[in-house]
Amino acid sequence: MANHTIAHDVYVPFLEKKGFLSWILTTDHKRIGILYLVSTSLFFLVAGIIALLMRFELLTPASDFVDPHTYNVLFTLHGSIMVFFFIVPGLAASFGNFLIPLMIGARDVAFPKLNIASYWIYLLGTAILLMALLKPADTGWTFYTPYSATTNTDVVLMTFGVFVLGFSSILTGLNFIVTTHKMRAPGMTWHRLPLFIWASYATAVLQLLATPVVGITLLLLITERTLGVGFFDPAKGGDPILFQNFFWFYSHPAVYIMIIPAMGVISEIIPVFSRKPIFGYKAIAYSSLGIAAISFLVWAHHMFTSGISETAAMIFSFLTFLVAIPTAIKVFNWIATLYKGSIQLHSAMLYALGFIFLFTIGGLTGVFLGALAADIHLHDTYFVVAHMHYVMIGGTVMGFFGALHFWYPKWFGKMFNETVAKIAWFFIFVGFNVTFFPQFFLGIQGMPRRYATYPAEFESLMSLSTYGSWILGFGILIMVINLISGLINGPKAPANPYNSLSLEWQIPSPPPHENFEEIPQVTDWTYGYGKKKELEV
Amino acid sequence: MASHSHSDKHEHITTYKTYFIIWAALMVLTVITVYVSYVDFGTMNVVIAMAVASIKAALVALFFMHLKFEDSITWVFALFPLGLLFLLITMTFVDTFTRVVVP
Amino acid sequence: MAEAGIDQSHDHHMDPATEYSSSKLGMWLFLGTEILLFGGLFAAYAIFHARYPEMFYEQHLELNRTMGAINTCVLIFSSLTMAMGVSAIKWGRQKTAAILILITIICGFIFGVIKYFEYSAKFSHHIYPDTSIFFSLYFLMTGLHMIHVFIGLGILGVIFVLTLKGKFNSKYNTPIELGGLYWHLVDLIWIYLFPLLYLIG
Repeated sequence: MANHTIAHDVYVPFLEKKGFLSWILTTDHKRIGILYLVSTSLFFLVAGIIALLMRFELLTPASDFVDPHTYNVLFTLHGSIMVFFFIVPGLAASFGNFLIPLMIGARDVAFPKLNIASYWIYLLGTAILLMALLKPADTGWTFYTPYSATTNTDVVLMTFGVFVLGFSSILTGLNFIVTTHKMRAPGMTWHRLPLFIWASYATAVLQLLATPVVGITLLLLITERTLGVGFFDPAKGGDPILFQNFFWFYSHPAVYIMIIPAMGVISEIIPVFSRKPIFGYKAIAYSSLGIAAISFLVWAHHMFTSGISETAAMIFSFLTFLVAIPTAIKVFNWIATLYKGSIQLHSAMLYALGFIFLFTIGGLTGVFLGALAADIHLHDTYFVVAHMHYVMIGGTVMGFFGALHFWYPKWFGKMFNETVAKIAWFFIFVGFNVTFFPQFFLGIQGMPRRYATYPAEFESLMSLSTYGSWILGFGILIMVINLISGLINGPKAPANPYNSLSLEWQIPSPPPHENFEEIPQVTDWTYGYGKKKELEV
Repeated sequence: MASHSHSDKHEHITTYKTYFIIWAALMVLTVITVYVSYVDFGTMNVVIAMAVASIKAALVALFFMHLKFEDSITWVFALFPLGLLFLLITMTFVDTFTRVVVP
Repeated sequence: MAEAGIDQSHDHHMDPATEYSSSKLGMWLFLGTEILLFGGLFAAYAIFHARYPEMFYEQHLELNRTMGAINTCVLIFSSLTMAMGVSAIKWGRQKTAAILILITIICGFIFGVIKYFEYSAKFSHHIYPDTSIFFSLYFLMTGLHMIHVFIGLGILGVIFVLTLKGKFNSKYNTPIELGGLYWHLVDLIWIYLFPLLYLIG
């Protein structure tokens, strides 16, 4: 590991400066990371509350709490906010910003001003979305034509907001790619990089190269509504499925923008709390790039029942199975890392283990959906809803919470209450499964998604799912209270509470303004656990 | 900071003369492509026009944009989007033109 | 773009060589995203051209080939002067560089003016973006390209003023080079738009 000295007499933590301007004008990657963390977390809570409202409506078969149009608006907002405002920028921009320079041994990202500009653009997109709330869209987050081209809700403003957000995403990805190439500390070779960096790099490539396509797609939708362009309108010679082709060319890779950083987080947490070197480092590292590459080849598996050609459907179904390979490589290597490790069940580790368990269910049900014949039956049912939430909550959000608990001491220099964190994890884990596992059965029985009402025969499973959502919401509430109270009156965190070997733990908590007193000289990878270093502890 | 050997390499500055040669080539190609468009080669017209445009684009990228003198990672990120664009077009084609319309 | 101003030495966290190569790599990444932004339109063009070849053939005859060809020449010439401007500043010739950038800007304006006459001619013939799929593509592709021309002119305008003020020299000229890269991309996309819309239709 790095050998360097820290001059404690000049140590000024990056959180020292106070005041609104010191935040909104900052170019410090750690502060920008906090800006993203706070913004995306707020959106997560808002969209989560919307989800609770939807589940409340679904407690009974009739539409007695909200009318169907409001329900349509609710699921559109839930999806759009979760996807574009929370999950895509969530882990990638918040933890990416905080960790990338720290982990590679740099003082900041390559373009600090561009970095804060990306955040301002994110805020601009947010502002546009808020304006669209006056007449919110009811199209679902996918904005499918021809409905999105004809509904009289404010699709234009909403898609424009997403378009603006896309710029933020692109510029963040660009910044991270250049940072990873150009800013690594001496001796920090590619094969010594922490796996979170590999994951962030793969994510950044997707953000950079997939986002422009959704940008132009949404622009075309806007021109469809404003200028009368007819690319997606069969009456004018257009093709509504073309919209879906373009949309999923981005939005399938976007699914991996959401999940790959979480995989990176898990690869960091597991070796630390197993006290073992990560198993299959190169396999995990390159499988991140592999997933990113394959993600561009599978988009039409979202469209098997949309009227695409059978030939295309068969090709895409086959290609979809390929994703399972690099994904399984990761899961097997994590489990091999756990094997015979001296496991410590820290709250972050619990989230990591939860990730492996839930994401495996999410991933395997994805294979069902990728199979053409099965998908014809399961498409647009609750099975898809359950699958997607097992990947997005069971995967990404578990990774997000895990990262939050793992790097919390480093980021804020405080400790949270570990016991309460474990209790919160228990409620979240149980609540999540009670909410979404019944939805697999609902889907197989044929209950379609996106309806405010349902036949009475589904009532028991539907209401079970709603009770689960309350447990899940309660767990998240405890977690939020615990983390906030830790900020206020938690004990001071040591520099390296878990005896981690990676660079960010070798500096004080919270890190000083420019991270490293002297740029470290790296001589080894970061996963040498259980070796002689361990004896010194 | 990752020290990269190419940063100490002597920087390449293209001469005006080279630029004029490239410019002349681009103009000749423009004339060719306009001229060819008046002759009917059937579907070959599209192929010729796209081939000429690609040669022109390559000249601009290699010389005006100095891609010829850039490191491999720049090449990767310059060519990868083209690959993705090719993928987007071909796979959308596969869908659009193999649909069986049931009467 | 002007991420690295020369007068921000206190802000520097990279050595100049790394900063230079980082900025250039960043610009290339950005150009890649631009290609994919236009990519959606290129893909739409390919699909609809294959679907309605007759419509594309008949309607493309309405476009003014001469004006398109002149604009191609104007843009290629502006690319030449831009490239020469980058060489000039690297040799330390500030004045020459400024003049060459100015010529580039003027060419950009000429391009815009010719495009303006083309658009007006179309409108006077009652041809609008919703006239047909072909004209939708024509207006969207050239329109998006035009927006890029304007952005490019804005960037070059700033760079021109800074060059006049002597902010750039043979040692530090990254913004000129990056602005040049952007301008060449605008040219590069037009190189494809011209035959696609005006010639093969």
